[in-house]
Formats: sequence, structure tokens, C-alpha cells
Amino acid sequence: MVESVRELIKAHEGVEREVYLDFENSAPVPEEVVREMLPYFNVKAYGNPTLTNKPGWEAYETIISSAKKIAQYIGAKSLEEINFLPGETEANNLAILGTVYKRKGQGNKIIISEIEPLSIIHVCKMLEKSGFRVEKIPVDGEGFINLEWLKEKVDNNTIMVSVSSVNNEIGTIQPIREALDIVKSKKGEIIFHTDISDAYGRIDFDLSRIPVDLATISSYKILGPRGIGALYVREDVKIERILEGQIGTQKLWPGIENTPLIVGFSKASELAFENFEQNINHMRRLRDKLIDGILNGISGTLLNGPSGGKRSPDNVNISFLKCEGESLTIELSLKGVYVSSGSACTRRALQPSHVLTAIGRRFEEAHGSILMKVTRYHTDEDVDYVLKAIPAAVDRLRKIYGSMGG
Amino acid sequence: MSRSPLPYNPKILELFRNPKNLGRMDDATVSAVAGNPSCGDMITFYLKIDDESEAIVKASFESYGCAANIATSSILTEMVKGKKLYDAWQTSWKTVAKEVGGLPTVKFHCGILAVGALRRAIRQYYKIRGHTPEWLPNEPTFEEKQALEEEELAKMLSKRMIEFEGEG
Repeated sequence: MVESVRELIKAHEGVEREVYLDFENSAPVPEEVVREMLPYFNVKAYGNPTLTNKPGWEAYETIISSAKKIAQYIGAKSLEEINFLPGETEANNLAILGTVYKRKGQGNKIIISEIEPLSIIHVCKMLEKSGFRVEKIPVDGEGFINLEWLKEKVDNNTIMVSVSSVNNEIGTIQPIREALDIVKSKKGEIIFHTDISDAYGRIDFDLSRIPVDLATISSYKILGPRGIGALYVREDVKIERILEGQIGTQKLWPGIENTPLIVGFSKASELAFENFEQNINHMRRLRDKLIDGILNGISGTLLNGPSGGKRSPDNVNISFLKCEGESLTIELSLKGVYVSSGSACTRRALQPSHVLTAIGRRFEEAHGSILMKVTRYHTDEDVDYVLKAIPAAVDRLRKIYGSMGG
Repeated sequence: MSRSPLPYNPKILELFRNPKNLGRMDDATVSAVAGNPSCGDMITFYLKIDDESEAIVKASFESYGCAANIATSSILTEMVKGKKLYDAWQTSWKTVAKEVGGLPTVKFHCGILAVGALRRAIRQYYKIRGHTPEWLPNEPTFEEKQALEEEELAKMLSKRMIEFEGEG
């Protein structure tokens, strides 16, 4: 099988241009972030931050400075509120399970939205087996949560609510402030968690205005390295650890801190925030150029998620009818355009993306969906190239579809 | 909803890029569909059959599906061309998978669907002619059943979705 992958890679030789847009699923780390990280592998701060030797103190100083920087970008009061851990999946697991362990006996209802990432949905499914009741807030055709429904369902038996600030697949910017108000005015003790992995560095998210209890941040989603992320835990909120071992500087996550990755995460945050307005304006312009170019240029296309100011500045998600998504990702890959799809064909089960079905897309619409994210590094030339590649790819696949279904 | 790696082999890639016998056949004797768009997989098989010799003169296909779906459909049209219907019927999904150089486990169903479409077309042919040869099994074969199951599963999932939406 490995042999055939080598052949697949070879088939890409000689592509005119390469444009990576699969930032949902992984990302290249910018050179400046890599350069910042490198000395921390073996030149400095390679010690254990809780031990009494120079490299250890250097590591301690580095981790604290990084936490301080990230705390400042989200408007956290104290750097103690930033808990580093290996990523979004781990942070979401800790948020849900850590809260449930702490609040045992105080209720058994957990409310999440229908379109949460799988690291929320699957943990909740697991909890359902041990007696918790999980209710999912329905969303409308653009992915916005139903606040009236939330108002009705949140009760004294609810221990926590979790809603992502920005949906990772369709870019919907949720009314988190309103949701938080509804939950807290019902009962102040209910824990409110939000995954801000797709909001951080892309929308103006500030804890002083949206004082949630817990928030998940991922590093690779803002072009930092994979394998690192953080869970913000407000200083007066207590949750339990879900793993045990040697505790160091990170009270909620045992094990030796990964200083180089923390430095990369912090540097990536700095780059996203230092020219925040300029960065998001650039992304938004390229996003709209891509969306408009596709919707106007190709028939049988549907935008998934809202448009304009209610959509994350980086997110493009479009369904191509009579065109299966996995085939489209391969066809585009062979032209140097790297994207992903919500098609069932890229998954084990027959079901397509739960986000797309939740907003009412029929299966055949979801199967033909393509997800792309633009960054501050993309250029107009990149987008022009993509806008040339996609119509040709769709056209070829629709020829294979031919006359089926009339 | 987990994902698995899909290391497609060069043969699949080649057939995906340059499928053989592609497109609707206007003078087809018979055609059959397997799968439907809501499965994410649909194949239409067209056969031109010589009534006298009961041999496939030509075969073509249309496909909505992944690279494995396109490749297996394409190779099957080549495999059965010129064959007697009896011999074409014997083609199993495993032979198809072998011909394309092997399929990733999660893509076995593509080969099954292609064979399912072919066998449906052959059944249809005999149904139109109003006679059933002795070798044609009365009961649907594994590939035909699997194709049906996939269609029913997709139908069931869609129905559940509609019911769920209806609740709100």
C-alpha cells in the first residue's frame, strides 16, 4: 500500500502551482514560526520547567511568557487561566469530562449544539451511556443555533452547555454572548464552554465581553504547530483532571511540558494578532473572491453556511451538485489544489458530514461539498489559480456523471 | 465517523483520470442503475447485446462516486466486452478488485456496486426477453443484495433525517 502512495505522490509531478487550502485538517507551519521554535529543541529552555537547573528555569520562563501572551489575546485576566495540552481534541475532552467529574450529582443534562466537532459529540455520546442526558440545540439553514430552544431547554438539571464560537466546517459565527446570557440567567452555576479554535485570530473574541467559563484553543488552526493547544479555565471555575501523572506547571494536564510547541503556538498567535485587522480583511477579501468566483462561474453550486459578516473570514464551503466530493478532492489535488470534502466517501460510514445534514443539506448535496480555508499568506494569484482549476475539475467529473437522473 | 487512509494504486488513478467506455449508450439493449446519489455512489451500466449469441457487443457506464467507483466501473466494462452473458455474470467483485490492483477495505463496496449494476442489467435483459436461462440464479446474488442494502441504508438514513427535521 505504501508503494501505491508513492505512485500517487509522483503523479503530482510538474503541477503548475500548489495551493494548500485544507487548513481545517492540518496546516504547514510558517517559516517564521519554525525559526522561532528551533532553538527550544536543543539550544535553550530544553529543561523541565519545574526543576531547579538553568535549562529548567528557562523553560519555566518561556512557558509563562507564552501563556501570558495568549491570555492577553483572548482577554483572560490571568496567565494561570491558560492550560496547555496537546490540542483541540484533548481540550474539548477535558472541558466536558473535567466538568462532569467535578459536578457529579449536581444534575445530568448536558447541552451542546448539533454541529459541534466530533471531540465534543463523541464524548457526550460516551456520557449518555453512563446516564447523562445530552440535548442538542438545533441549527437553522445557515448553522445558527436556536436561542429560543436553548431558553426553553436549559434548566436546573443542566450542568454544562458547550457551543463552538465559530463552526469549523461552515464558518457560522454563533451568537455566543446571547447564548451565555440565556444560560447564566437561568442558573449561574451552569458551566459554559466554547471551542474558539476557529474564532481565535479570526473574529474579535474577548473574554471581558464574553465571560465564558471554559474555552478551547488549537494551535494548528492559527498556523502554529500541531500537538499543542490550550483550555482556558476562568480562575474561579474548578474542573477535574482527566489524566493522572506527574503534575508540573500545567495543573490540569500531567506530563512534561512541550516547550518548543508552546513557543510555536505563542509565535503563531502573535503573528495572527499583530496585524489582526489587516489579516482578517485580507482573508475576507480572498474568501469572497473564491466564493463569488465559484458561485457565479459554476452552475449547480450551493454555499454552505452564512455569507458576509456572519461568516468566519477564512471559511469557504461549497456543494457541487452532480459531482462527488472525494473524486473532486483527488482531481483538484492532481492540479495542485489541496482541499477536503464532507462526502461520505472520505469517511468509514456511509453518512456525510453531520454539520451539512444538520443545516438541511440533502445527502447528495453534502457528498459534493468542498471545504477550503484561506490564510493571510494566500495571494490573489493563488485564488485565480484555484478559480481556474475548480471549473475544469467539476466539468470533467460531471461528464462522468453524464445523463444520470435526467 | 472516522476516516481511513486511501492509498489508491496507480491502476485506479489511471482509470480515474482516463476512464474507458464512459458515457450514455444511445443504442443500448439494456441499462441498469445501482446505488443512488444519497449513498454518495451511483453507477449506470449500459450494455449492447447481440441477441443471437447472447454476447456483450459493447458496455459503457456513467458514475457518481469516488475514484474507486469510477475505476471499478470502467474496468468492468472492459472485462465484460465480447463476453457471453453467462461468462459476464460469473465476474465477481473480488475479480474486479483484483483487476484494478486491489481496493482499500473501505472501498470494497465500490467493486460490489459495479458488479451489482452489471448483474441487474443482465437480469433486466432476460426479463425483457421473457425467458430465464437455467444458469441465472432465482435469488439475488451477494453483489445484488449488497447494492440493494446500500440503497436501503441510504434511504433509511435520509428518511430518519427528514423525520428528525419534521420534529423541529
